[in-house]
Amino acid sequence: MDLFCKITYSYILHARSEHKVATKKKIKDDYKNSIKKYQPKPRYFINCLKAFLVGGAICCVGQGIQNFYMTVFHFSEKDVGNPTVATLILISALLTGFGLYDKLGQFAGAGSAVPVTGFANSMTSAAMEYKSEGIVLGIATNMFKLAGSVIVFGAVSAYIVGIIRYFFRLTIS
Amino acid sequence: MRLVGKQTWVYKNQIYLNSTGTAVGPKEGQGPLGASFDIKYDDLHCGEDSWELAERRLMVESVDSCLQKVNLTNDDIDFFLAGDLLNQNVTTNYTARHHQIPLICMFGACSTSMETLAVGSALVDAGFANRILASTSSHNATAERQFRYPTEYGGQKPDSATFTATGGGTALVSKEKGPIRITSATIGRVMDLGITNPFDMGSAMAPAAADTIIRHFKDLNINQDEYDLIVTGDLSGVGSPILKEMVKEEGYDLGNKYNDCGLMLYHSDQEVFAGGSGCACSAIVTYGHIVKELISGNLNKVFIVATGALLSPTMIQQKETIPTIAHGVVLERVQGGE
Repeated sequence: MDLFCKITYSYILHARSEHKVATKKKIKDDYKNSIKKYQPKPRYFINCLKAFLVGGAICCVGQGIQNFYMTVFHFSEKDVGNPTVATLILISALLTGFGLYDKLGQFAGAGSAVPVTGFANSMTSAAMEYKSEGIVLGIATNMFKLAGSVIVFGAVSAYIVGIIRYFFRLTIS
Repeated sequence: MRLVGKQTWVYKNQIYLNSTGTAVGPKEGQGPLGASFDIKYDDLHCGEDSWELAERRLMVESVDSCLQKVNLTNDDIDFFLAGDLLNQNVTTNYTARHHQIPLICMFGACSTSMETLAVGSALVDAGFANRILASTSSHNATAERQFRYPTEYGGQKPDSATFTATGGGTALVSKEKGPIRITSATIGRVMDLGITNPFDMGSAMAPAAADTIIRHFKDLNINQDEYDLIVTGDLSGVGSPILKEMVKEEGYDLGNKYNDCGLMLYHSDQEVFAGGSGCACSAIVTYGHIVKELISGNLNKVFIVATGALLSPTMIQQKETIPTIAHGVVLERVQGGE
């Protein structure tokens, strides 16, 4: 009887181990998770650092331009915003046209996308890209293809914030 | 019976790859395989006004160069099997308008090179054609604007992204004796393991390539030892190790017999992210480099598996996953040379 038990037990063990081999999990069984080790990890820290430095540098250039306009052309602090932004947009558009801004964007990520220069790049690059389809249906129709969502969300959020501010003031007074 | 196993065609007649033609853009010309291409452009515009015209020029010139090498004209060709990545296969259609060869237009995304070669060889084998051309093309900028963003847009791409190769590749297939034989082909199934990131197509396509390779081995009852080289089209640095692992799980160790066209085409410092992709990637590497290696005797038998992500920006925006496919063709060196 003892021997019989032993044999049965070892048989069960063997069957179990075989079962284990047969159902060994394959990559395709849980594909998204099992391929994670092959996928390059986003370098969050270095990307943040690059974005901070380049974004900060763009803002410093903006500040320099602003100071230049205030000291040389005697703009007031209130009025100097418009010519400063216009100059940054011009610089960004030129860099896009020379094929440099996309290289800066690959390096800096959000650093060159968030400032107004990134907005200008999205419009200029779309305008350049769709030039081959003509001025009206190409450039004019597609110029806001990427920038359009920024404008939509800008307008909508300004509207909502405006309403909140209005009711807030109403309740305070 | 020419169908062997489930998905593999073994050609009954002696089918030959008689000639090939390649035309490439600047980065491909500067890459490690630059010397094996027929026509190289230093400028991505290839002397044309628009990106689409540039791509068309690459396909047209690859056809012309392929025919020129064997002193044939358009009239000597029965059918033109071709496809590209652009909507409505525009490059193919306009190229076929130029050459006036009866067209069989095909789409297999980046697997088109081997899809056209496999079907073309089948037509020749069955006697539906004497000579066919199999052709495909892709262009970095046309693909960028159709599938991604304007070329000059400064968006940041992750390291898993691939770089669409610029080029056109054409092959001439017939029963007339040539230096390379086309012996068999395996037609792939559409695979989709749930990848949604269009900037990681290597991960999306690896299962399709693995399925086709395993199917090919099983259908023909062979393994990797049968080949000197097994190449995939554009799995890149991300998809290639996944493929090797998936094939290994089924008992086939590809070892150092494996390579990927997207990794062969560029130097590591050429800023192509994880590697090259696009229809042209497998086409120009095969019809330029691999064919020369077969003729020179450095390789004797290769299995080329062109991988395609059947990606549609609309479907991706609707939160669909990326279906993928892979087709493989076997090329063999004819002993005794030409």
